[in-house]
Amino acid sequence: MPYIGSEDTVRDLRRVLSNPNVQSDQLRYRNTILKVIRLPSLVEYVEQPLTAGLRDRAACVRRVAVLGWAKLHNLQTNSEIDAAVVNELYSLLRDPDPVVMVNCLRALEEILREEGGVAINKPITHHLLNRLKECDIWGQCEVLRILQRYRPQSEDELFNILSLLDVSLISPHPPVMAATLSLFLSLCSGLPAVGLAALERVRGPLLAACGNTSREMQFTALCHIQLLLRSLPGLMGEHYKRFFCGYAEPAYIKQRKIEVLVELVNDDNVAILLDELRGYCTDVNISTAHAAISAIGRIGRSYSDKCLEILTELLGLKQEHITSAVVQTMRDLVWVCPQCSRTVCSAVEGCEAEIQDSQGRHALLWLLGVYGEQVSSVPYTLEVFIDGVRSEASVGVKMELLTATVRLFLCRPAETQDMLGRLLHYCIEEETNMCVSDQALLYYRLLHCGIEETRKVLQCRRSDPSLGVLIGRPAEPINQWSYIFNTLEPLRPGAIETESATIGGSPEHMTFDPKPNNDLSDTLSYSFGKTVRSGESEHVQCPTIFRCSPQSLQAAMQLVNIQTLAFTPPHTLPWRVYLYTNTQNKHSADTCHGTLILGELLYTGEEIQKKSKDEENVGVEARQDKREEEREEDTAEGRSEKERVKKNTAEKGIKVTLKQQPRDEKALKGFLSVLTTVLHALSSE
Amino acid sequence: MISQVFILSSQGDHLIYKDFRGEAGSDVVNLFYEKVTALTGDQPPVVMRHKDVHFVHVRQGGLYWVATTTADTSPFTIIEFLNRLTALVKDYCGSLSERSVQMNFALIYELLDEVVDYGYIQTTSSDILKNFIQTEAVSSKPFSLFDLSNVGLFGAETQQSKVAPSSAATRPIQSSRDQGGKSEIFVDVIERMLVVIGSNGVLMKADIEGEIKVKCYMPTCSEMRIGLNEEFSIGKSQLRGYGAAVRVDECSFHQAVRLDEFDSLRILRLCPSQGEQTVMQYQLSDDLPSAPPFRLFPTIERDNGGRLLMYMKLRCDLPPKRSVLDPTRLQSFSSELNLSQELSSPDQSAELQPQSRAVVWKIPRFPGGTQLSALFKLEVPGFSSASMLEVGPVSLSFELPKITATGLQIRFLRLSPFQPGPAQRWVRYVTHSDSYTIRI
Repeated sequence: MPYIGSEDTVRDLRRVLSNPNVQSDQLRYRNTILKVIRLPSLVEYVEQPLTAGLRDRAACVRRVAVLGWAKLHNLQTNSEIDAAVVNELYSLLRDPDPVVMVNCLRALEEILREEGGVAINKPITHHLLNRLKECDIWGQCEVLRILQRYRPQSEDELFNILSLLDVSLISPHPPVMAATLSLFLSLCSGLPAVGLAALERVRGPLLAACGNTSREMQFTALCHIQLLLRSLPGLMGEHYKRFFCGYAEPAYIKQRKIEVLVELVNDDNVAILLDELRGYCTDVNISTAHAAISAIGRIGRSYSDKCLEILTELLGLKQEHITSAVVQTMRDLVWVCPQCSRTVCSAVEGCEAEIQDSQGRHALLWLLGVYGEQVSSVPYTLEVFIDGVRSEASVGVKMELLTATVRLFLCRPAETQDMLGRLLHYCIEEETNMCVSDQALLYYRLLHCGIEETRKVLQCRRSDPSLGVLIGRPAEPINQWSYIFNTLEPLRPGAIETESATIGGSPEHMTFDPKPNNDLSDTLSYSFGKTVRSGESEHVQCPTIFRCSPQSLQAAMQLVNIQTLAFTPPHTLPWRVYLYTNTQNKHSADTCHGTLILGELLYTGEEIQKKSKDEENVGVEARQDKREEEREEDTAEGRSEKERVKKNTAEKGIKVTLKQQPRDEKALKGFLSVLTTVLHALSSE
Repeated sequence: MISQVFILSSQGDHLIYKDFRGEAGSDVVNLFYEKVTALTGDQPPVVMRHKDVHFVHVRQGGLYWVATTTADTSPFTIIEFLNRLTALVKDYCGSLSERSVQMNFALIYELLDEVVDYGYIQTTSSDILKNFIQTEAVSSKPFSLFDLSNVGLFGAETQQSKVAPSSAATRPIQSSRDQGGKSEIFVDVIERMLVVIGSNGVLMKADIEGEIKVKCYMPTCSEMRIGLNEEFSIGKSQLRGYGAAVRVDECSFHQAVRLDEFDSLRILRLCPSQGEQTVMQYQLSDDLPSAPPFRLFPTIERDNGGRLLMYMKLRCDLPPKRSVLDPTRLQSFSSELNLSQELSSPDQSAELQPQSRAVVWKIPRFPGGTQLSALFKLEVPGFSSASMLEVGPVSLSFELPKITATGLQIRFLRLSPFQPGPAQRWVRYVTHSDSYTIRI
């Protein structure tokens, strides 16, 4: 520690402290106390001057003395807390000097840490709030932070506090603004509408902080804006130009700005935004360029034509790293928007020479394998890869090459047979990596079983063509992120999860596994087989639900914290919705983590109707809700799921299939009843 | 709560190290430097983590100003504190550089002692601090011809003495106290432009961030009144007067500013404390009162030899007699190139920076209402038609003295009670380019 001096210093300090008149010279006293407090050997001499210091006339002495008690407590943590001192510190909250008041809060917080910090009751809260104006910005932040612990007793009191805080919410000082918003959100955790209004209110100050002279402050504000956008995606819509990157800005700001820009895309600004993002793709900093390219890919999910045009144009640059990033982006895009495949296939033709890194080659091979029949030159491209397989370092690329070649063999056997043979031979006989040789063996034996079997295994799902994926992240409730607001968490790289989880590997490994039949429950249990153990399926009667618009359904679901993954368009049959939710497990203390519920709503309309026609008169009760239950119970091994179908008299039903991990009956029941209520409410509209 | 504060030079020398809580050892300093230098890219992220220690740093004056803290601390507070610390050091030492920090380390330790106690920020107000700080700043002012230029021949008053040298405001605030030195007050109106001009010459984005800064070297100054343009208006709806209205979108003030005369007369009243403070901040977006200061007319083609020809015509649309200092333009490219150039005047220069893949054209002085041109010939290996796409945006950096882009002016500056001594008041206007990009 920097203060420890020689024996002489210690002796000198001891002498000073034993002098009963140590108080007489304020500055000397301050300096002594500031220094001495670090030395455990002097503890016994310090207590008396500290007690006297609390009652000193000079505010600067009281400030030091108050924090001195905190230091003393931390030097001898095992000692008893002196109740007299604690009382004295509580009474000093009424000190005329605001810094002394704030220091008292800080000292009590440290001394009473075991008891959960300083106790905040109603009189203290209102005292602190009334004196907030006297404090400087540091004191205000501290007070606002500590007040987060207070829970108002009535709604009136809550709104009184909120109106007192309104001024600091739009403070020009970013720390005060952030601390106030944090307090606002914790006070209004039960009133989401008030929280959202507060977010609207801080928009101005936050945008101003984005234009701060300090780059670091700009960055902090940007990261927090990303948090806010999770709950209010439209918050910054009209201010998108504020997030354009400047030429000289450091990469960490540019990348955050690009992430924000993607969230702000709408029909009006998409052309301008894409033009701007296109400019960043040739940035000198490679990671910025990649961020811009994948941002264009993300926008491409809703505006595919314009984005593909830009991406194709970028391929023309013949730059190694740009081509690789573009191919990866196209791969991710095709997975979501299969209608782009034709453009993508013609674009990626002939770009294999530029791609050097393994991730790019991985993406290219996947595209070539899956869309092999659309690109005429694929066999030649793959042949080049196969000839160079000996010098290939990446295991991932080799495995993808195997899969791509086998897939191509299925659709163009004549051209591929010879090279597939060579590749399999090499991988089985010479390859040292176990994964690669095992996979090669697997394919080899699979081919022995016949072409139909191979096709069943390898004919992959290119995407689900019956689904239109929702664009944009659904709005989250504020509670999901309010606890990390105004901490260092949002500033950490990758703190805000991105939508695309498919970086690196093939998308099919991340989302759906290749499966020949279209039965969703199979697919789900297959692909989520490891995570999801329990299945439940239920029929809910709300025949008109499939007519309501995806937007209103999504909005309704979000109110009850259910996130929708994907929809079919309305009025199509079969009509499907995929949704998920995370529930917090409150009733059992030992398993504190929540459970994930995954669900599918399926409306097949006619079929059920026909079945039930002979039982009931459809015309009369067409609008009545009936219940049909269907339960899935998995065996202990989780292998075969028996379906027990209890068919009640029903003409139209929405089949609800639920999967859950870990199993939690109560949560599942609760979820189902919430879902049923929402669906009924919607269909009755 | 701040656990440690340290200042590192860009080479990693420990200039200042102060441990407030004794929770982590001093080896974290080296750890931080390793982390900072291990990262590629132009600047490392603001927050880094090693186990439980979180480093928050800002870069100012070529130095790393670092605070270590815990995860749940407010980043806004820490960054604002570090910025405030740099401002204090700048006020007390005169300027911010490795040398001034090294020479004044005792003063900086004293400052840190007063500002932070046990990891808690106590006060950063220079009014309070001046009672406690005893150490005099050591300033390293080299002999400069600029100082002499103020003195006329045989001591005669010249035109020059009405203009303060730009270094006048970079001196420590304390020396004014006992040297009986000049009691001066500087008011700076600084604006930063963020402009994007599309390839068709259309203004795509124009933002101005401005601030009024007061730097006070007066030991006693009870009140000061700053009068702004009377036509100054805030927001879109409010319009005042018929003349050329000065309009900003949003405006915020320092908490010490009293605004009782602001609504009617546009007068800011405040009691400045010693040192520098930002009195007012404002921003204007998308609606510039005048045309953007620079226009570029590029022509890009390839000649028969496979070379890329770039003919650039740059026009300055400022009123005549206003000159611009040091505009630089940049251009991004991809591959190794050879450059040959023809510039319109010998005092300009152009060079190719291979690392940033840019051609940099430096123009020392650019009078308003004039036009400059340059022809760059670039040899690009493997030139293809797609390479034309890579000719990136042109970015200008410049400083416009005596000009504010919004048109904000200071009508008057009054000190009361009237200062007995020769209190000097200086007003400066300057507009910087934060980012001035022209797409091709």
